Amino acid sequence: MTTVSSDPVVRANLARDTWNVLTRELKPVVRDPFTVIFSLIQPLFFLGLYAPLLIGQTGDPGATLQWFVPGVLVMIVLFGTGATGGNLQYEMMTGSHERTLVAPLARSSLLVGRALKEIAPIIVQSLVIVAIALPFGFRLDPFGLVIGLALLAVFGVGLGSLSYTLALKTKERDWLFWGVQQTLIFPLMILSGMLLPLDAGPGWMSAVAAVNPLNWVVQAERALFAGDLGNVVVLWGWVSALVLAALGLWAGVRAIHKSN
Amino acid sequence: MTEPILEARGLTKRFTVKKATVEAVSDLTFEVARGGLVAFLGPNGAGKTTSLRMLTTLIPPTSGTARVVGYDILSRPEHVRARIGYVGQLTSGSYAQRVRDELISQGAFYGMPKADARRRADELMESLDLASLATRTVQQLSGGQKRRLDVALGLMHAPPLLFLDEPSTGLDPQSRANLWQHILDLRDKHGTTVFLTTHYLEEADRYAERVMVMDKGRVIADDTAAALKANLAGDLVTFGFATGDDADRAQSVVSSLTDRDVLRQDEASVVVTAPNGDELLPAAVRALDAAGLTVRSATGVPPTLDDVFLALTGRTLREAGEGEPTEQDPSENELIGANR
Repeated sequence: MTTVSSDPVVRANLARDTWNVLTRELKPVVRDPFTVIFSLIQPLFFLGLYAPLLIGQTGDPGATLQWFVPGVLVMIVLFGTGATGGNLQYEMMTGSHERTLVAPLARSSLLVGRALKEIAPIIVQSLVIVAIALPFGFRLDPFGLVIGLALLAVFGVGLGSLSYTLALKTKERDWLFWGVQQTLIFPLMILSGMLLPLDAGPGWMSAVAAVNPLNWVVQAERALFAGDLGNVVVLWGWVSALVLAALGLWAGVRAIHKSN
Repeated sequence: MTEPILEARGLTKRFTVKKATVEAVSDLTFEVARGGLVAFLGPNGAGKTTSLRMLTTLIPPTSGTARVVGYDILSRPEHVRARIGYVGQLTSGSYAQRVRDELISQGAFYGMPKADARRRADELMESLDLASLATRTVQQLSGGQKRRLDVALGLMHAPPLLFLDEPSTGLDPQSRANLWQHILDLRDKHGTTVFLTTHYLEEADRYAERVMVMDKGRVIADDTAAALKANLAGDLVTFGFATGDDADRAQSVVSSLTDRDVLRQDEASVVVTAPNGDELLPAAVRALDAAGLTVRSATGVPPTLDDVFLALTGRTLREAGEGEPTEQDPSENELIGANR
């Protein structure tokens, strides 16, 4: 057949396309790193205004931070990646998502690249929070930190994918996206024992917490930062995060294939 | 003869809205030759965008198919995607991204090596007046600047075929003229085939070499704007006289020169809608003069595509797309021949 001189042989390639989507998503973060720090305001309030109340109850700053800071890190992931679908939804409404659907990209890469991008702010934000907590008596195991961050990253990829899935499903109805997101995020947070121990609560709360993956990730982070790497909750934390990531990516890839 | 760059065969799209089936596009069949500048003209809801979305692989047709740049949209969508540029109705750039970053990312999406993508991005920013905005975010751009970036994104991989969906909707007349100048320049330079949809008469009339008029999911006319106007509407030629008697006599004189009906516009003037009114006008003046009639005024108003649409559908484009913003037609008062 006759075609123009520059006959492009572009075929969708999942790895290359995912990389291209990922680097594109990271550009605004790199250009304006302050946005990553700015979104730390909420966890900083929890650290600055809520932690003192907990410390007042226990009377032991070091032990309280040891218990509370890992929860704050999970909270960052919960609120950051939980809301990230909103960005995609905005792009769906403005037309830039449609533009990428016409490009010769593997559909899945549009989801996977975005989900992987979530890892960057998670790592940066976690390190900032840890650095802030250190002078106040927070202690950590370096090995546990590395494994803990990896766990948060996997968990964030899963949660981010689910958030994107919700955006793809709710389409231009942003009120529905935020409604569902808020309805899920607060019960999940409270029933994870992130802010207060659930031991003192009614039995049904502990029962729900037992099947709340967030709870296992929080417990795993606590064990990891304390250097208790062999604790069985670390295993459950990883199982929760990996299942969530697999589920999220599966649902997200399905949703993006159906999105045109 | 090279094969057409675009060939649609019986493209049809049905949507189900609240249990009712709506046929948005019906049996669309046409070809576009390489290098052409073709417009789908029609009111909102005519099926223009749905047609474009099928041709650009965004939605599958209910039936029928098309070959775009040599590949079937259904069986080889990835080959089609690699070879077309698409400028949608909305903003293509992501609001948080910087102009140059977004262009380079787009290049990467199309498999361009980094250095090529950078060079191409700079070249396009230069030719589309975006160079000074390279580090601005899309959010910070004005409407006209966003639209130029959309076009730059669509042209990043130098596609042989560029689709533009309502390229100048929402732009002020100056930005619109400016955008078009850029599109025409780029086309002259690279021989890009341009396929656009528009509900602006003036846009189709002035820029498109071929106009496909769409209404209710069907192409109801397909020709050059000049031929459509000549064949379907014709120029409005009016002659004014001192008295009604003169006008009476003039009616029969003018009637002998054209096979169209010559009507009385008012007491002392006659009017005829005819193709090639530019030739009829001087001939009629001479004939009227020879018959001893003093022509006091003679005007010829070229038809607009709106007249064409009216002749075809019995509705004006404005009525058909009611409630939607349309512009006033600037060619309304131009003299014959001045608009092309």
